[in-house]
Amino acid sequence: MNKVYETVIGIEVHVELNTKTKMFCRCSADYFGKKPNTHTCPVCLGIPGALPYINEEAIKKCMRIGLALNCSVNEQSYFERKNYFYPDLAKGYQISQLVKPLNINGQLEVEDESGVTSMIRINRVHQEEDTGKLTHVGSETLIDFNRSGVPLVEIVTEPDFHSSAQVKDYAKKLQQIFRYLGVSNADMERGDMRLEANVSVRPVGQKELPPYRVELKNINSFRFMQAAIEYEIKRQIWVLERGETLTQETRGWNETKKETYLQRSKEEAHDYRYFPEPDLPELKIDTLQLRELLRKQLPELPAQKVKRFFDEYGLNKAQIAMMADSKEMAEFFEEAVKVGSKYKVESIKVANFIINKKVNIEDINPEQLIKDIVNQNTGMISDEKELEKVVKEVIDENSKAVEDFKAGKEVALQVIIGSVMKKTKGKAEIKKVKEILEGVLKS
Amino acid sequence: MTDITSLTLTQTLAALKDKKLSKEELNKAYLERIKKLNPSLNAFLFVNEDSGEIPVAIKDLISVKDMPMTCGSKILENYIPPYNATVIDRLASQGVSFCGKTNLDEFAMGSSGENSAYGPAKNPWNLVKVPGGSSSGSAVAVAADMAVFALGTDTGGSIRQPASLCGVVGLKPSYGRVSRYGAQAMASSLDQIGPITKSVADARLVLEWISGGGGHDSNCHAKPFVTLSETKGIYSSASPQNDRMLKEIKVGVPKEYFGKGLDSEVEKVIRDAIKKLGDLGAEIVEVALPHTEYAVAAYYIIMASEVSANLARYDGIRFGKNRDQFGDEAKRRIMLGTFSLSSGYYDAYFTKAARVRTLIKKDFDIAFEKCDVIVGPVSPTVAWNLGGKINDPLTMYLSDAYTIPGSLTGIPGLSVPCGFADGMPVGLQILGKHMDEETVLNVGEIYENVTDWKDKKPNMSS
Amino acid sequence: MKLSKDKVRHVAKLANLPLTSEEEEKYSEQLSKILDYTDQLSKADTEKVEPTYNVSGLTNIMAKDEVSESLPQEDATKNGTNIKDGFFVTKGVFNYE
Repeated sequence: MNKVYETVIGIEVHVELNTKTKMFCRCSADYFGKKPNTHTCPVCLGIPGALPYINEEAIKKCMRIGLALNCSVNEQSYFERKNYFYPDLAKGYQISQLVKPLNINGQLEVEDESGVTSMIRINRVHQEEDTGKLTHVGSETLIDFNRSGVPLVEIVTEPDFHSSAQVKDYAKKLQQIFRYLGVSNADMERGDMRLEANVSVRPVGQKELPPYRVELKNINSFRFMQAAIEYEIKRQIWVLERGETLTQETRGWNETKKETYLQRSKEEAHDYRYFPEPDLPELKIDTLQLRELLRKQLPELPAQKVKRFFDEYGLNKAQIAMMADSKEMAEFFEEAVKVGSKYKVESIKVANFIINKKVNIEDINPEQLIKDIVNQNTGMISDEKELEKVVKEVIDENSKAVEDFKAGKEVALQVIIGSVMKKTKGKAEIKKVKEILEGVLKS
Repeated sequence: MTDITSLTLTQTLAALKDKKLSKEELNKAYLERIKKLNPSLNAFLFVNEDSGEIPVAIKDLISVKDMPMTCGSKILENYIPPYNATVIDRLASQGVSFCGKTNLDEFAMGSSGENSAYGPAKNPWNLVKVPGGSSSGSAVAVAADMAVFALGTDTGGSIRQPASLCGVVGLKPSYGRVSRYGAQAMASSLDQIGPITKSVADARLVLEWISGGGGHDSNCHAKPFVTLSETKGIYSSASPQNDRMLKEIKVGVPKEYFGKGLDSEVEKVIRDAIKKLGDLGAEIVEVALPHTEYAVAAYYIIMASEVSANLARYDGIRFGKNRDQFGDEAKRRIMLGTFSLSSGYYDAYFTKAARVRTLIKKDFDIAFEKCDVIVGPVSPTVAWNLGGKINDPLTMYLSDAYTIPGSLTGIPGLSVPCGFADGMPVGLQILGKHMDEETVLNVGEIYENVTDWKDKKPNMSS
Repeated sequence: MKLSKDKVRHVAKLANLPLTSEEEEKYSEQLSKILDYTDQLSKADTEKVEPTYNVSGLTNIMAKDEVSESLPQEDATKNGTNIKDGFFVTKGVFNYE
């Protein structure tokens, strides 16, 4: 880490909600991979006379995100029009929130690479709508409005990050929270979740924010974002050390060259002319009642789960990270622990077995998992396929006994079973061996 | 049956019901009249010869599926809406068909009809006079009996003022009474769709038909307007109960609506009408609306700001032509609105205007503690000569000084014919409490029934 | 308030309105006059007065998250000036900003 300069980063995350319909009309929001302009209506096409109508489910999901990030809910919230011209913006304004977002003043704890934790302040979690999608072909641009109006939640932090590792941890934690809450698939590659980092550096000891910031945009993986931030820190320090000044600009990431590149320099700041959206009455939220209601619906969140897994099961950090990675994994683990307690299988053993055997929770249920663990403990071969393999080997090696058996000599079977037991050093269940044997010989 | 086209909506419905008239005869009569008069009046921009039900004219910024819609602008010259406005679906379900789309100031921006890209409509009382605006074609169509009734939109007076200048009834419902879905927005926090009719009873009926939310306009109250059963029918005849009803009504007269700028002939007509209300038993009380002087200024800032965003969707990609095709007034308002919202001016202009709006609204709240309706002129003058104000936008804006305060407040306003000045019609404005169209219509209908202004028709034979 | 020609040009750019030089001149004059008129608002005492943005009297108007039918592609694109394979087409977008 550079000792002269300190990095200052703020993050904006956009996440598309997985509601059935769009934010302000009832077109299906399931636009991915659909034929162009087949999920549109007058509202999301911005046709003369069309008006927006709020999707209640989106508001609930936005508030759940706010709650999960320890935000306060604004008792009075309203939408505003953000005015700018771009061909993917049907109405010539985006309906968004500036003055009265749904959620404000939250926080989330992040870790850096050495495990040191710090608290990131979240400025706001607000609701807005997505734009259409542009495809550039030669000198033309094709526009598809299927995505236009899909609910988008924006989460803006204060400039509290000081390293790319913190940013990566933050982004991963957010993604995990979205999935835990079931509000979004939060797939980076598909663009469900988008990161923007505002990166600048300042001399160590300086309190004020740097007079510029470089916006890193359109970067669709955690890894690339981390690399881009690393590169940007080095570039900015290099520029400053040469006595030059840095200016406000937007940069992208070139993965082939492993460097950031200039997308747009901001000669003058945008003037979005925000004003309250006259087509939508304001939202008045009974915060107490709502918090109570939403909290009941709120699942246990990753951070709480991690703490509980430590307290309750005594797992170590690496084990917890695996067991609480997704809601589904955590549920499987806890169910298995419950079954395991009847067989005196400890929770740590359950976790280790899942991790070491790379258990796919979609292929097995918790009861079977515990059976496998128990059998492994007693040394018995529980895997039927393994046993079958041994049986077949024995059959190949004892063609005489097989012929005798087929000729009607029942005793010959005992010979074969004996060979199997010998081969498995007695770790096979005789009943099971007999079953398999009969199955194979009779077929 | 003779004189089919002079029947009001309620009379037409009765004639159809009693089989004194067939729908074919009805549509034939109106179509003939449209064909005869439209070349001189320019009321219709599009005529639908296939109208088969009750023929109604629609201001050409309300979407009727598959019928061209220009909004009075070159920019939408070839545009065909892919959907119906909520009010259009409502009317269609009541046995109404659409005989045509009516002329208007471009995007409803104007008070004279002259901002139409397709030439102005003419006042049937005198073809060298403006019909008022922006619902000019709708008012002309009703005044000249070219439709049974018409729909207009009112943002700062665009139903009431042309109704007044053309001598017909015009109702701007309360903000939130009628769904705006499908009407190209001018200023979203002010726009309302409403009827222009041959009688107050017609306006009442049309309001019942078109009001109530359809799940598309978030600002529209779900419940439709229904005339209270105890008052229903009382007003359509010279019932003795009329007297009793007006006796329970307090009519407020604001002195601010009778100041500088009001034509003395118009004032005389309005004073006579107010006296008549008093004669009918109403108690006339003086009320104060002290912030009226700021209304036009606040309105122009708020309206233009909303306009600048509402017309941003015109980028020539999904519909319409390029932005250089906007007319003069549209450009002027986009510029004014963009400026009012821009960084460094937002608080001094947009927010300031929105605060003044609160003051104006409070004026009405206080005034309505003392009275049930507020009456005054709709327009400070009768219809002026075409071209008379076209080069002076500010003077044009000031002609809406009496309709704008009610628009900013969101209250209902009715224009009822109440006489003539210099041979041109004058309308009485009746303003009521938010969502109390009932009282406004009652007062208007009683007045209408004891006077014969509604039977006066412009002479269109020459 | 006077709206200079430079200011008019800046506002026109924000509004994405192509204006001719004559129009810039005209709007500078007309808008200055209108703004002189609206400047009387400064006389109104609005201290402690909240702004009014909506007069519907409604709050919390929301719809259920239930899908209704979209427009067929043909209807959605029928007013477009340039349509290709169901897409709207515009000139290269990188020239926009």
